[in-house]
Amino acid sequence: MRYIRPLSIEDAVGELAKAVGPAAILAGGSDLLVRMKGGFVEPELIVDIKRIGGFSDITETADGFRIGAAVPCAVLGEHAALKKAWPGVVEAAKLIGSKQVQGRCTITGNLCNASPAADSVPALVAAGAKAVVAGPSGKRTIAVETVPTGPGRTSLAKGEIIEAILLDKRPAHAGDAYLRFIPRTEMDIAVVSAGINLTLDDKGIIKTARVALGAAAPTVLLVEEAAEALIGRTLDDGTLERLAKICSGACRPIDDKRGTIEFRRKVAGVLAQRVAATAYKRAGGK
Amino acid sequence: MNFDPRFSGRKFASVGTRPVRPDGVDKVTGRARYGADFNMAGQLVGRVLRSPHAHAIIKKIDTSKAEKLSGVKAVITAKDLPDLTDGDAGMYDVLDNCMARTKALYDGHAVAAVAAVDARTARQALKLIEVDYEVLPHVTDVDEAMQHHAPLINEATFTEGLEEKPVKPSNVTKRSQFGHGDVHQGFGHADHIIERSFKTEQTHQGYIEPHACVASVNLDGTAELWVCTQGHFVYRQHCAQLLGLEASKLRVTSSEIGGGFGGKTHVWAEPVALALSRKAGRPVKLVMTRDEVFRASGPTSATSIDVKIGARKDGTITAAEATLRYTSGPYAGTWAEIGAMTAFACYKLDNVKTVGYEVLVNRPKTAAYRAPSAPMAAFAVESAIDELAKEIGIDPVEFRIKNAAQEGTRSSYGPVYGPIGIGPTLEAAKNHPHMKAPLKANQGRGMACGFWFNFGGQTCVDLNIGMDGSVSLAVGTVDVGGSRASLSLVAAEELGIDYSQLKAIVADTSSLGYNDMTDGSRGTFSSSMATISAARNAIKILRDRAAQMWDVPVDDVIWEKGHAIAKGEKYGNLSPLSLKEIAAQSGKTGGPIAGHSELVADGAGVSFATHICDIEVDPQTGATRVIRYTVVQDAGKAVHPTYVEGQYQGGAAQGIGWALNEEYIYGKDGRLQNPGFLDYRIPVCSDLPMIDTQILEIPNPNHPYGVRGVGETSIVPPLAAIANAVSNAAGVRMTHIPMSPPRILAAIEAERKG
Amino acid sequence: MAGIAVSTTINGDGVEYLCQPDETLLDVLRDRLGLTGAKEGCGTGDCGACSVIVDGRLVCSCLVLGAEAEGRKVETIEGMAHGEQLHPLQQKFLEHAALQCGICTPGFLIAAKDLLEKNPSPTEEEIRFGLAGNLCRCTGYDKIVRAVQDAATMMKGA
Ligand SMILES: Cc1cc2nc3c(=O)[nH]c(=O)nc-3n(C[C@H](O)[C@H](O)[C@H](O)COP(=O)(O)OP(=O)(O)OC[C@H]3O[C@@H](n4cnc5c(N)ncnc54)[C@H](O)[C@@H]3O)c2cc1C
Ligand code: FES
Ligand code: FES
Repeated sequence: MRYIRPLSIEDAVGELAKAVGPAAILAGGSDLLVRMKGGFVEPELIVDIKRIGGFSDITETADGFRIGAAVPCAVLGEHAALKKAWPGVVEAAKLIGSKQVQGRCTITGNLCNASPAADSVPALVAAGAKAVVAGPSGKRTIAVETVPTGPGRTSLAKGEIIEAILLDKRPAHAGDAYLRFIPRTEMDIAVVSAGINLTLDDKGIIKTARVALGAAAPTVLLVEEAAEALIGRTLDDGTLERLAKICSGACRPIDDKRGTIEFRRKVAGVLAQRVAATAYKRAGGK
Repeated sequence: MNFDPRFSGRKFASVGTRPVRPDGVDKVTGRARYGADFNMAGQLVGRVLRSPHAHAIIKKIDTSKAEKLSGVKAVITAKDLPDLTDGDAGMYDVLDNCMARTKALYDGHAVAAVAAVDARTARQALKLIEVDYEVLPHVTDVDEAMQHHAPLINEATFTEGLEEKPVKPSNVTKRSQFGHGDVHQGFGHADHIIERSFKTEQTHQGYIEPHACVASVNLDGTAELWVCTQGHFVYRQHCAQLLGLEASKLRVTSSEIGGGFGGKTHVWAEPVALALSRKAGRPVKLVMTRDEVFRASGPTSATSIDVKIGARKDGTITAAEATLRYTSGPYAGTWAEIGAMTAFACYKLDNVKTVGYEVLVNRPKTAAYRAPSAPMAAFAVESAIDELAKEIGIDPVEFRIKNAAQEGTRSSYGPVYGPIGIGPTLEAAKNHPHMKAPLKANQGRGMACGFWFNFGGQTCVDLNIGMDGSVSLAVGTVDVGGSRASLSLVAAEELGIDYSQLKAIVADTSSLGYNDMTDGSRGTFSSSMATISAARNAIKILRDRAAQMWDVPVDDVIWEKGHAIAKGEKYGNLSPLSLKEIAAQSGKTGGPIAGHSELVADGAGVSFATHICDIEVDPQTGATRVIRYTVVQDAGKAVHPTYVEGQYQGGAAQGIGWALNEEYIYGKDGRLQNPGFLDYRIPVCSDLPMIDTQILEIPNPNHPYGVRGVGETSIVPPLAAIANAVSNAAGVRMTHIPMSPPRILAAIEAERKG
Repeated sequence: MAGIAVSTTINGDGVEYLCQPDETLLDVLRDRLGLTGAKEGCGTGDCGACSVIVDGRLVCSCLVLGAEAEGRKVETIEGMAHGEQLHPLQQKFLEHAALQCGICTPGFLIAAKDLLEKNPSPTEEEIRFGLAGNLCRCTGYDKIVRAVQDAATMMKGA
């Protein structure tokens, strides 16, 4: 086993591309080290990306925000402008683990770990976030929802690294929110979750909407039908009821140690309603 | 030695105060040494290979590849732990549990172990051990295990305690029965009868420190063991017996212990570490991972309980009956029996009958967990009591008060009670402001009572007085939560000196006589009794030395407030001699001054508690929140009230976790799905409110200071108290513990649909 | 396998060690440097008993590789008291009996120190959520929360 700490993205990509055995990218390590401890993975090569230039920065650009792949979630929560623009993404990121885990974990790691229950992913998907991918054959920018392809699997090719996550600049009357259901108050993995991003017109009518559900299917679900049910309306009781019904219906959950199918279905709808209300309020709706 | 343990009703100077504990500074600076914090020169790393199957015949184990790996110093299997148990069935089970002999009986059962130069080599070696299993059908559920067609865990099990000896083997090792009167007749007099079935899932003590030890066996047959345990003397006996060592040549030192709650009363890894050390010829350190702790230490029973209680319109209970089925893992236990004894212990009943069944399943061997077996029985009984009160239309507290056991009541498990605290805790709960506090929407209040026997047992204490007048107290009951502070207070009280003059330690097995485990809430009860006796013995010597120094008859010397005083007018001009002054002269008056005590502490007073709690239920998700929690419990005498409160709060918190979210979840394959703290959900800080406590002191007549055990009773009422609160909040009776959100939501939905 | 040479600062002192790539910072502290104050309750980030502060961030040392400490500043429980003078949190934990078995105590003290440094006047709720990554099975947290509240008051007064 080798541990390296490249200083440039080129070196990192190069080392990963030429690695013979299994290689792992180390960001915050809060998934990777747990899996190594359990003997589920035994990488030959560990590439620590935290000292690559720019990887630990959040930058505000003309188009929005660029969040370096090694930025720990605690830092997201300390970034006032990001929190103001994307409160739902930040609240989702801040739900991951404990204070201790927050000091390390990244949203990129959360995305690439490809757990159906990842907290920041539904929020990122609802936000329409993009991932900048660097690899042996150059760079590409892709929608975050295309990264996870199944539990523990991603669309990234050998040698590819996500450099940063991009979030758009916010127009007026925009708001997003995220909620998850956990049995405890902290330190739990989502049983089911929902992230919603809305923009409104001046009168409070929903102009655009994205609704994403977590832990409801093998990968995060972007529920177009739910978005359609919101667009062109305010959040009246009928709309909320329809939203819940569509979200519950869209779930394809499983029975497991964290919850049952019925429970996830039912609660997905309840959460969607509550999240929509928060996002709507944040967008300035009344 | 004629030690009089009877309660004397004295006034206290030290007992009842709240000084800082003697081991405190070490613990806040990181210096205290726990099980895994000790190392020996040349030590190897031990690791255990565990069965991935719930039930399988071990056909063959090939360790040859592992043995050849560079850095591996020993590989052992059951062959290296030959059966020396000499027909002792209980010890044979312990041996088989330490290392599976012919069958793996649960997911996580040890099948082989290695000792290697480092952890990485040890891990690799485990992978090189080839085990040929023949997988057998398994059963993990208590009710399924009792079915006729269930896979048999042990073909030689024929239920004991039946009127007719069974002809067919089963998974039920024993039936037990308690009670008196005629329940059939009793139910005949009842105006209202509640009959319900309950289930509770298996939980783990969840101590934060995994099992850890360092073992070193020498060529001359002597050995040392450093280990986190609740009872190093018992570990010594068991390890010596299993390894064929002489007990006195095995020196066991108990480290600081990072929680046990009953789970560190059994040997699991220690005999394995000793066997590895013996084979490798070097010390071996063996530390369980968290995953191993969950899979392969000793959780509590899963249960299924039926309860039937009948009462007259006026609220008098006429009959009570319960059938209790408890899992004991793959080996025989007496858990249902204890449950059957405790079930109705709070009440004064003319007609009562409880029946217990001990059930084998493919789960780890059940171990004690704080008032073992009582919380589940209390959950079932106290839920039914609440429902019955509701049906009769009487306040649940009044209903309990009306039927509470008293001094002179014949308990449901046999003995007649002395002075007891159930009535007073109920009265205190009734008058507690918590009972009258307003509730908001979706909130419910619940209350419940609990009982625990408390143990005494074999105890030995040494008290040595230094020439500078400082006192060292060596006890043999492991300090699991501040008992060194309490025992120092007791010694200070008895000697009449200041707490700061004393230092208490837990002595190793070669430095002190035998002591039973710290279990059954006996630590402070028994060791304080022995400490009082040792101090009184020391005082005898102190008086004698003072008499020598004064040249007066010893009978004229009394001991008061830390001084020898010559009694009588003729000694008017002799000023009292302090302990310090007498100690300073000890070299000239007969040598070191010490007091010893060896005794069997009898008469541990039973203890009772009443808990009140408020729970909020989210009717849309089944999520719960504990809004307020109050514990009222009898301590006999609270020696160090802060640590008594700590015991009350800790037990309540564990009970809350059990009631709401903690459970062993087995897959269809019989494998444990949640062997980690992320999915085995013990309460975190933000889950709980402050836990209010009220200490009642109803002296135990069989202890000089009136002390009763306090450590366990606090976990007995919470399951029921919370179930009653949730049922009141959600408007539907909850009968399955834990009341996780999916279970609550399903119950609410079922109720809605009718 | 060749060891990785790491040069770091622990409790203000320069420290150098060799470690394997899969060794955690917790392994290094406990097994190589003899700093056994940080405990391993789980090894998977769930209990917080191994809490340390790295470059001002509270982390689980079981989820940090030893190699990652290169050039960082690590604070452990062993560096919390100054000579004879206990940290106010240590003192208050003793006074309030905020420990029973004490295995969780080093982790709680480090986490509470980090909490009070970032938020000197936390509410009860902030304390409870701030310490939710530290498990205690003995106390029910009541006395821990009170000790932190009391220490916060004392530290503001100082
Ligand atoms: C105690 C605990 C609690 C947790 N609670 C939660 C929770 O509440 N919610 C939740 O969603 N998760 C939780 N997690 C899981 C984990 O913390 C998150 O998934 C976290 O976001 C992972 O980020 P990381 O930077 O630590 O990932 P790492 O472990 O560093 O990486 C995770 C995976 O992504 C890959 N990877 C990382 N960065 C890149 C990159 N830039 N490009 C390509 N691949 C990359 C890694 O190789 C690895 O496979 C918890 C974990 C622990 C230990
Ligand atoms: S040991 Fe690191 S969090 Fe438990
Ligand atoms: S004091 Fe024992 S775990 Fe906290």
